[in-house]
Amino acid sequence: MRSRNTILFTLLAVAMVALFIADLAIGSTAIHLGDVWAALTGGECDVATRDIVLKIRLIKAVMAILAGAALAVSGLQMQTLFRNPLAGPYVLGVSSGASLGVAIFLLGAPLLGLAATPSLQLLGTAGAAWIGSGLILMAVMALSRRIKDIMVILILGMMVGSAIGAVVEILQYLSSENALKSFVVWTMGSLGDVTATQLQMVIPAIAIGLILSVALIKPLNLLLLGENYARTMGLNIARSRRVIFLSTVLLAGTVTAFCGPIGFVGLAVPHLARMLFAAADHRVLIPASMMSGAVVMLLCDIISKTMALPINTVTALLGIPIVIFVVVRNRSIE
Amino acid sequence: MIRLENISLGYGSRRLLDNASATFEHGTLTALLGRNGAGKSTLLRAIASIGNLDGGTVSLGGDDIKRLHPEQIARLVSFVTTDKVRIPNLTCQDVVALGRAPYTNWIGRMQDIDREIVAEALAAVGMSDFANKTMDAMSDGECQRVMIARALAQQTPIILLDEPTAFLDLPTRHEICSLLHRLAHEDGKTILFSTHDLDIAMSQCDMAAIIDSPNLIHKPMSDVRDDISRIFGICQ
Repeated sequence: MRSRNTILFTLLAVAMVALFIADLAIGSTAIHLGDVWAALTGGECDVATRDIVLKIRLIKAVMAILAGAALAVSGLQMQTLFRNPLAGPYVLGVSSGASLGVAIFLLGAPLLGLAATPSLQLLGTAGAAWIGSGLILMAVMALSRRIKDIMVILILGMMVGSAIGAVVEILQYLSSENALKSFVVWTMGSLGDVTATQLQMVIPAIAIGLILSVALIKPLNLLLLGENYARTMGLNIARSRRVIFLSTVLLAGTVTAFCGPIGFVGLAVPHLARMLFAAADHRVLIPASMMSGAVVMLLCDIISKTMALPINTVTALLGIPIVIFVVVRNRSIE
Repeated sequence: MIRLENISLGYGSRRLLDNASATFEHGTLTALLGRNGAGKSTLLRAIASIGNLDGGTVSLGGDDIKRLHPEQIARLVSFVTTDKVRIPNLTCQDVVALGRAPYTNWIGRMQDIDREIVAEALAAVGMSDFANKTMDAMSDGECQRVMIARALAQQTPIILLDEPTAFLDLPTRHEICSLLHRLAHEDGKTILFSTHDLDIAMSQCDMAAIIDSPNLIHKPMSDVRDDISRIFGICQ
């Protein structure tokens, strides 16, 4: 069992490195692997190639790894906390909450006559996404304590998502052309819009979220048996819920703030990790989800570049079959 | 040992127990009886400190549970609830290993001694051969045994069980009850379990605790025939 896990982790690491390099080489202009290496290590290559690799593709590839790991881990945490295999930041409306926060900030601030400096814009976008996703997550957590039926929670999450979509449309209708443009660009969701300055904010936020998720391994394992059992085995539920909350908001909120809403990675990747490793233990699933998330996101980015599709379309096409598989399998167990 | 002193208990606006007291000694197997909705689960939850009391004190091994940390309580009392645990990929061994949580480090690393205790717990309930089977591939009776093994691995002097024999066939009910009987008498554990199985309770248990709202009747099993026929409306 242990050796099987070692082999799988090694394979994932190799896949991650290979896809990372491929992601740097593939694009509107294909760059030779030798030139990619030269640009990365500061060797001899022409300025244009170096700029493409370092200033555009490297940031995008790093962002793909971070976003994939963050979304997958936040999805895993939500699935365990809500004891619901179909939970995830996108389905439960947490990403929509972040969108609403960003919409209110990008569209609402100009309406109030507030013009933001670039650095304030950066902080505001992230902060608005954290607050928005935090509020929705709090609402879902409160509802899940009263309503035990997991399907009802999912339907409510989708309703919240639609309601937020409507509110955002109203905001768009009221907004000026300039504000609207910056918002529409944001909603298209792309890893490529992230700048080096933004990355300085994204890296620490996601790093803290991931470190918290590692600290949550034992609580998450106990929560597998449900809150009652977890409490009788000595788990401080209130504290664990707060840490899971914080980690999920940092992970899902940050990714949504800077890449736009990316669907299905958070839902599907944890299942991929479970199937691959045949495990339920979070000591395996947390690192497995991080690495699988990074691999899947790099793959999606490469596909989206070569076929010129938005990233959200690719993640949906790859993720939905997994979701359908999970639904069908759960039905057959019952 | 579990000591209830003047406890009051309610569910919503309903009064279930008022000023009830009882002491459950170690080495005894006690059946908690009562009609549906009498408050058996509520009482068990209060003793396990996952539910609230309206008044009075619950002491475990001499300490008031209000003064104990969750980690300390987890070393005194384990609880087998009615929650279904059917998680794909989760093996019996994994579930029983979770019972070691109060003793393991921040990431839940198992030492050799922990693995030994888990193996012993599985053997005690006769589930050693199932160690590597996953929880979604087992019958209700097998799941129940695994959950009891998990409680054993928690190595607590007190074990509470909420309807451990529900949904089980007759032979399995008898097996589970004689297992509990053995644990109380051979290992000196204090065991309190709720049940609707009067026959099995009367043949296997030392003591009965009957919730006759708002009173709690606590007597040796041999003395409760009249109370049972009155409360359950059985003509004998």
